[in-house]
Amino acid sequence: MAGDEQLTAPAPSADRQVPVSGGPLDRRAPTEPGSTYTGGRVSTEDLATADVTDGVLFKIRDLEVYFPIHQSFVKSLVAPEKKYVKAVDHVSFDVRQGEILALVGESGCGKTTTGRAMLRLEDATGGHIYYKELPVERFSQKTLREYRKKAQIIFQDPYNSINPKQTIFDIVAEPLEVNGLVATEREKEERVVRAINEAGLRPAEEYLYRYPHELSGGQRQRVCIAGATVLDPDVIVADEPVASLDVSIRNDILKLMVEQKEKLGVTYVFITHDLSLAWVISDRIAVMYLGRIVEIGDTEEVVSNPKHPYTKALISVIPVPDPLAKHEHVILSGETPNPVDLPSGCRFHPRCPEAIDACSEIEPTDVHIGGTHYAACIRLT
Amino acid sequence: MSATATPAPAKTEERIEHKGLLEVRGLCTYFKLSQGWVHAVEDVSFTIEKGESLGLAGESGCGKTTAALSILKLLPENGRIVSGDILFDGRNLTKRTEYGMSKIRWKEISMIFQGAMNALNPVQETGKQVAEPIMLHEGLSEAKALDRARELFELVGINPKRVMDYPHQLSGGMRQRAMIAMSLACNPKLVIGDEPTTALDVMVQAQILDLIARLRRELDLSFILISHDLSVMAETCDKGVIMYAGRVVESGTTEHLFRDARHPYTRQLIRAFPNIHERREMVSSIKGDPPNLLEPPPGCRFAPRCDERIAGCDEVDPAAVEVTPGHFVSCHLFKEAT
Ligand SMILES: Nc1ncnc2c1ncn2[C@@H]1O[C@H](COP(=O)(O)OP(=O)(O)O)[C@@H](O)[C@H]1O
Ligand SMILES: Nc1ncnc2c1ncn2[C@@H]1O[C@H](COP(=O)(O)OP(=O)(O)O)[C@@H](O)[C@H]1O
Ligand code: SF4
Ligand SMILES: [Mg+2]
Ligand SMILES: [Mg+2]
Repeated sequence: MAGDEQLTAPAPSADRQVPVSGGPLDRRAPTEPGSTYTGGRVSTEDLATADVTDGVLFKIRDLEVYFPIHQSFVKSLVAPEKKYVKAVDHVSFDVRQGEILALVGESGCGKTTTGRAMLRLEDATGGHIYYKELPVERFSQKTLREYRKKAQIIFQDPYNSINPKQTIFDIVAEPLEVNGLVATEREKEERVVRAINEAGLRPAEEYLYRYPHELSGGQRQRVCIAGATVLDPDVIVADEPVASLDVSIRNDILKLMVEQKEKLGVTYVFITHDLSLAWVISDRIAVMYLGRIVEIGDTEEVVSNPKHPYTKALISVIPVPDPLAKHEHVILSGETPNPVDLPSGCRFHPRCPEAIDACSEIEPTDVHIGGTHYAACIRLT
Repeated sequence: MSATATPAPAKTEERIEHKGLLEVRGLCTYFKLSQGWVHAVEDVSFTIEKGESLGLAGESGCGKTTAALSILKLLPENGRIVSGDILFDGRNLTKRTEYGMSKIRWKEISMIFQGAMNALNPVQETGKQVAEPIMLHEGLSEAKALDRARELFELVGINPKRVMDYPHQLSGGMRQRAMIAMSLACNPKLVIGDEPTTALDVMVQAQILDLIARLRRELDLSFILISHDLSVMAETCDKGVIMYAGRVVESGTTEHLFRDARHPYTRQLIRAFPNIHERREMVSSIKGDPPNLLEPPPGCRFAPRCDERIAGCDEVDPAAVEVTPGHFVSCHLFKEAT
């Protein structure tokens, strides 16, 4: 069990090479404890026959996504050591089938990169992502195409992610066509209409031949959701899907996500900087800080009983619609630094209100709080 | 503050008696479009006292920015104050000339404009931009104005050494602090912050709101906080005004608004915001869309979306009714307390 929810891994040694996924430097073992997969490249057949075991759809293990920083030639002569943006730095978690897992944290903490790596839109420089026990980094190009029908992503700005010159029908039908998934026009129309209805644009027939600019922001986000669900995906990574919407429309989209989870069995990875929205709809919450998950667990448990000093501070400053609510605000000073030269020990220690001397020396590992609840802080051990 | 006893600040101007430091009375501001007039702000009234903080809240498009720009008479070309009075510290701003307004802006009323922290000139040092109103309005040399900018940076919690940093060298939180510094440059009595924390992360938002609260105390400022986020208003303001489709639907102390909300719109809007310290429940949404302000509905502007509407709601505009002292509701369901 300990391995199942492990949050952290031993720190990389300073001179560690950053391997390129699938490239010549990639010397990772093809199998890892936690996965039963023993083959080489993952074929489309492997993917078609793969199944969810123990209710876990994704296992993310020790995931690392580093981006090299391009230095000027002169600078590289002075300081030849190559530098990296450590966007995701040894992150492990599970995504259970049929849950809404929220990835929460302030901007720049690595939420989007984690989500993109899960779809292999970003190559991991280390660690593994297992989808139904299959290592995503070993998917062939063909397998990847199949995989991306099952794993969809939607973005914050619904206007930039759809073609303004296409009708709603064409936008939603496109993924079906590109993937050659429908035999007849009739079948295509049925699936498109169903997806649009399921996305809450009802009756769908009224929307089919309209253009994105004729719709409101909320309706456009529904079109994006229809474009994702039309492929009957297992999982949708929703990256700040409501960040640019007005509150009432925002709540409609949140309800829609819950509805699709319940009725269609879609698993959601809900990426948001707003912990209070994660609290409203998610089953579990993972709180990220500077490329790490610092706390994870059942949503109500994490919010009512936060253990990590960062989570505690974050929850304390969330405004609530009640002028008489008298909760103490723990306002952290400064801002989250760039994940390039990470603080030693616990990366949160320079801003942590509870830090002790050892925090700058010892890298915290995850501590089991109870149930599915873990937090990575040395003061909990 | 009597009408005649205080010497007039401008030589021919008489002081007008009015409530508070700023009293907005029956303000109507429209925008001209080829199709007609957008009734963006309609019969809006509110008062703010010295040292008080007032929240102006409502969903986007309800007229918050337009109301604020009307106060400073900084409306876009096609915008017009068609009626109403803006009374500030004994003077009627609606009657002022452009020259007269230039004496008010920055020095007496300043504004942190929506999104301004992301609209700073990228090729000019931040401190110079902060110093600009000082040079313009107080006639100081650049060197003197920069000294003042350094003091202001210190006041808002930025290292004064950073006055010569370009905007991209500052974090989002620091850029917003710089905008706050700029708003304080000429010692105003009233500052209007238009969505000052909207683009910021929650921890930075908390820092900025904390800073504003401290500055208000230290400088005895009046502050109008414009926000679409009712929670931010609840936590930071003494009083609030809830707007819907250009109109004030309810106003009062924040305690009135959040503990004793009366207007159907206010009640629904509050339930749209989660309260993480209470029991978990789904946030609610309001069915339908706000009206087109080119042709607003003749009666209550919320009537087409209101579950509780009664006879008359569709025809007659409800007047503001004082349900308890200081608590006003514009809804036919309520009658004046007697
Ligand atoms: N393609 C990239 N190249 C270099 N740095 C990147 C890239 N994408 C993201 N980053 C950096 O990685 C960190 C994490 O970014 P991101 O995953 O977008 O965070 P979040 O979604 O939580 O805001 C940030 O410091 C960001 O600047
Ligand atoms: N220059 C303009 N021309 C026409 N309509 C405008 C203009 N500026 C704002 N509006 C309209 O006026 C209404 C109020 O806008 P605004 O004051 O910006 O609202 P808020 O700040 O509450 O989001 C909206 O319907 C908006 O579309
Ligand atoms: S390990 Fe130390 S610095 Fe890190 S969160 Fe815990 S108390 Fe704070
Ligand atoms: Mg992101
Ligand atoms: Mg506005």
